[in-house]
Amino acid sequence: MMLIPCPHCGPRAQSEFIYERTVDSVVPLDATSQEAMAKLFTRNNPRGVDDEIWRHTYGCRAWMVLSRHRVTNEISECRAIGPEALP
Amino acid sequence: MINFSFDGKAYTAQVGDTLAAALLRNGIGLVGRSFKYHRPRGIMTAGVEEPNALVTVGEGGRAEPNTRATDVFVYEGLVARSQNRWPNLSFDIGSVLGLAAPALSAGFYYKTFFGSAKKWMFYEYFIRKAAGLGNAPTQADPDRFSHRAAFCDVLVVGAGPAGMQAALEAAESGKRVILVEQDNILGASLIRDPQELDAAWIEATAARIRAAGGRILTRTTASGYWEHDLVTLTQRLSEPGQTPDNGVAQRLWHVRAGQVILASGSIERPMAFAHNDRPGVMLSQALRSYVRRFGVVPGKRVVIATNNDDAYKTAQAMKDAGAQIVAVLDARPAPAGANSGHRVYNNAIPLSTKGARHCLKNVSASVDGQTLEWDADLLAVSGGFTPVVHLHMQAGGTLDWNADAQAFVPASSRQNVTTIGGAAEPQPIFKMASAAKPKKSFIDFQNDVTLADVDLAWAEGYRSVEHLKRYTTLGMATDQGKLSNMAALGRLAEKQGVAIPEAGLTTFRPPYTPVTMGLLAGAGAKDAGAHVRRLALYDLHAAKNPIWQPLGYWFRPRAYPTGGETLAQAALREAKAVRNNVGITDVSTLAKFEVSGPDAAAFLEIICATTVSKLAVGRGRYTFMLREDGFVFDDGTVWRLDENRYLLTSSTGGADRMATHISYVRQYLCPHLRVSAVNVQEHYAGIAIAGPTAKAVLTTLIGEEPPRHMSTVPAVIAGVPVIILAASYSGERAFEIYITASDAATVWAACEAEVMKVGGALYGLEAMEFLRIEKGHLVVGGEVDGRMTPHDLALDKMLNKAGGFIGASGLARPALAEAGRRQLVGLEALDGDIPEGSMLIPSEGASPQGHVSAGAFRIIEGGSVALGQLVDGFSRHGEILIASSPTRGQKARVRVVAPHFYDPAGERYRD
Repeated sequence: MMLIPCPHCGPRAQSEFIYERTVDSVVPLDATSQEAMAKLFTRNNPRGVDDEIWRHTYGCRAWMVLSRHRVTNEISECRAIGPEALP
Repeated sequence: MINFSFDGKAYTAQVGDTLAAALLRNGIGLVGRSFKYHRPRGIMTAGVEEPNALVTVGEGGRAEPNTRATDVFVYEGLVARSQNRWPNLSFDIGSVLGLAAPALSAGFYYKTFFGSAKKWMFYEYFIRKAAGLGNAPTQADPDRFSHRAAFCDVLVVGAGPAGMQAALEAAESGKRVILVEQDNILGASLIRDPQELDAAWIEATAARIRAAGGRILTRTTASGYWEHDLVTLTQRLSEPGQTPDNGVAQRLWHVRAGQVILASGSIERPMAFAHNDRPGVMLSQALRSYVRRFGVVPGKRVVIATNNDDAYKTAQAMKDAGAQIVAVLDARPAPAGANSGHRVYNNAIPLSTKGARHCLKNVSASVDGQTLEWDADLLAVSGGFTPVVHLHMQAGGTLDWNADAQAFVPASSRQNVTTIGGAAEPQPIFKMASAAKPKKSFIDFQNDVTLADVDLAWAEGYRSVEHLKRYTTLGMATDQGKLSNMAALGRLAEKQGVAIPEAGLTTFRPPYTPVTMGLLAGAGAKDAGAHVRRLALYDLHAAKNPIWQPLGYWFRPRAYPTGGETLAQAALREAKAVRNNVGITDVSTLAKFEVSGPDAAAFLEIICATTVSKLAVGRGRYTFMLREDGFVFDDGTVWRLDENRYLLTSSTGGADRMATHISYVRQYLCPHLRVSAVNVQEHYAGIAIAGPTAKAVLTTLIGEEPPRHMSTVPAVIAGVPVIILAASYSGERAFEIYITASDAATVWAACEAEVMKVGGALYGLEAMEFLRIEKGHLVVGGEVDGRMTPHDLALDKMLNKAGGFIGASGLARPALAEAGRRQLVGLEALDGDIPEGSMLIPSEGASPQGHVSAGAFRIIEGGSVALGQLVDGFSRHGEILIASSPTRGQKARVRVVAPHFYDPAGERYRD
C-alpha cells in the first residue's frame, strides 16, 4: 500500500484514495469525436513515470495529479488541482 | 505437564514445547505422509520452514489444517491429527502410489491435461482422493480477527542477537521502535547456541528496549513488505485451534516504518542423497534446538553430515546430552574437524539411508571414493545456509552471490531497508559433489520433487527456472520452497553449465508464511462484509413489516402486504390505488445535488445533455447525462429553485458514481467556474404522493394550490419547511416532497394520515416498477444499461443543440448513427406472460434480435406488457416476435409497440 503525499492533508495511506484515470485520458470539453476516441481508447501505457488523477475520497475529497513510476511506485510529485490551485 | 492428543491418543508435553518437540519427546517420529507419493515423513526442522510435519490442529470451526508442528506451541487440550493418510498414518493405502512413482514424475499433470479428456477423467477421481493436504473446516470460524495500524521510525524483524542489538541502539537513541519475532520467546539462534550471549543478556536487552519506549511483539511474523516501507505483521494471540482469551485469535498489523532492519537470519539447507526424506533425518540446527531448547534427544546413535563448521556444535550438543556420535561425515577434505574430538570422516558424501518400520537404521556414505555404512537411528544434515531474503526482495531489492556461502545475500534496495546478521553474512560452506542417486534424492519434500524430476524437466526442454518451477511444482507447496529452491537452482545451473546466479531466481511473493483467510478479512467478515444504509424513515417502514428490497447499500420497502397477500398481490393493490386514487411512497434514496453560483447553469449544461439555462425560476425538467463515449449514463430531473440555485436529482443506484462524476467535472475539468456542487442525497428525505387525488391531498397538506406539473415551490407541512416538486414517475399527477431528513418523520406522518383519510395506500418499489413500465419511463440499470445512446432511447430530441456537454463529441461518432442498433420498444403479450430477461427472436431457433429489460402487468386492464431493446425497433412496431427464456423454460408471443402503454399523451398529470 503506497503512501501518497496529499497536497492538502500530508502523507496518507493509499486506502484513503481512489485512482480515477491517467491525465492523458482526460477528454477536453471541446474535443472532436476522433480526439475523444483517441483519448479514451488508445492511451499510453508507459514503463516509467505517468501522471495520474487520484482523489482523496476518504479524506479531504480533493482531486490531485500524481506523478508515479509505474514499475517502482515511486511518487515524484503530487500536485493540487481544482479551484484551490488556480492562479 | 500439558495434556494433548495426536491421532486420538493422549500424550503429555512440557511447558514451552512446540508440538514437534512434544511429539519427539513422546518418541513419535512418523508424523505425516507426503503429498504425492504418500511417503512416510518425520520432523525435519524446528521452524516455520518445516515441509513434512503438517498436521490439522483444533476442532470444528477452529480446526487449522496444514499447521506446521514446529510452529504451534502445545496448550492444554490441544488436538492434532495427521493428514493425507488412510486408514491411518503407519498403514497408508496411498503409499502404494510411491511404488508407482515413475508414472507420477514431473509434469504428470500437464501431460495428462494435454492428453485425451477421457484419460484425465479417469485419473481425476484418484488424484483428488489421493493428493492434498488437510481438509478445510466446514464450519464457520467462531473467533474474531482484528486489524491494527502502527507507525514507527525503525522496524526490526527478527529478535536474534543482531536484531536485538539493532533495536536496542535505535530505541536508546530516541527512535520509535517495533521489534517483531515469530517465535514465542526472544533470542532466535541464542536459544540453541547460548555460549556467546546468554539468557540473561536477552532478558536485560529486552527490558532496556521496552524501557526506552520500544514495542516488542512475539509470535508475530513480518509476512509482507509492500510499497513505501509498509510491512504487514501477522500476530498470533492464541495458538492454532486454541480458544482465544478475549475472542481475538490473530491480529494483522499494517506498520508504516521510517526504516526497516531485517535480522531474519538464515535457514539451514538439507542435503540431496537417496532416501533423504526418511523419518530420522533432521537438519543439524534443528536437532540442536530440540536438544538445547526443549531437552529432547530424538536419537541414541547419531550420524552428522555436513559441509561446514556449524554442525560440530550439534555434535557437541548431542555428546553433552549423552548420545553417541557414530560419525561426522564432513564433505571437506582434511583437516576440517580434526580437533573436534569426534570420529570425523573427510571427503565424505552421504549416499543413502535404510530403515525399518518408519525408523532410520542405517546410513551409507562415500568416503574418499569408498562406500562405508553405519548403523544409526538419527542423521543430522547441514548443507549450508540460505539467508532469509524474502522481505528484502518483496521490497524490490536485488541480490549478490556470496560464493563462500554458496548463497544469495541482499544487495541494494529501492526502499529504506537494510539486512544485518546471518541473513547478510551467512556462514561459509564447502561446495559438494552432487548426489549419486537422483531418483530418490528429494529436494522439495512437501511436493515430492526429486533431483531426477529437475533432470527430466531439463531433458524435456524446460530451461527457465520459472518454467521448471511450474512443471515440477517445486517450491509451490505451503513452504514456498524455503528448503528446496537453492537445491533446484544448483541442479539447473549444473545442467546449464553456468554458475548459480546466472540460472535465475523465482519471485519472492508475500506472505512469508501462510496467512489465515479470516485474518485478511478482519472485522469486515460475516455481517460486516457490506455496510447497510438506512432510510431516515426506516423505523416507520419497519413498523409496517414490509418486504425489503436491497438497492445498492440501501434497503427500501418493496411492498407492504396485508392479510396474507403475496408480493404480486400487494404490489398490484398498491399500484391500483395510485391509478384510481392516491398512494404515498418513500423516495429518499434518489441522488440529489444542490448546484449554486453564478455559473450554476453553465456547469449543469456540461453535466447534463439537455438544456438547463432556459428553465424559469420555479420550473424543472427531465434530463439525462452521458458518458464521455456518448452512451447514456444516468437520468433524473433538474429544478431551478432560485436565480442561481438548482436541484439536480438522479438515480439511486448511480448516486455514488454521479457524485464522483460531478466532483471530477467541478474540480478537474471546470475549476474556473464559479459554482458549488453539494451532494445532498442524505440531507433531504423524499416522499412521493401520486394519483388522481394527489392534488387534493396536497392542497389540504400545504393549505394552498400545489404547483403545476414540472414546477416547484417551497411550502410548509405540519410546521416543517419543505420543497415540493411536481414531477411524475408513475404517470399520474404526482408530487415529490423534500424535507431535511431529521424532520422527515413529522412530515411523513402528516402526509400518510391525509392519504389514508381519502382511502389511499402506501406503495413500494414493486408497484412503482409496474407503474413506470406501463408508462414507459426508463430505469437506470434496466433500459439505461450503458449500451444505449440518446437516439436508441428516443431521447435525442431533448439533446442540447448547442453541444458542449460531456459525451457530445463521443456521441458524434458516425458508427452510433448507423442502422442495426438496438432501440427501445414496448412489447404486448399475445399469449402468456413475458419473461423478464428473455431474448427476442423472430422464430424458433433464430438468432436473438433483442431482449426484454423489464416486464410487468397492465394495472387496470390486465395483460402482460414489457419494455425491450430490439434491433431497429423504432421501425418494427406491429411485428410479432417470440420472447423466449430457455433458462427458465418460459416463452410468450409478443407484438412490438410504442413503449407507452398508458396515457401516451400525458394528459393525466396535467391539470
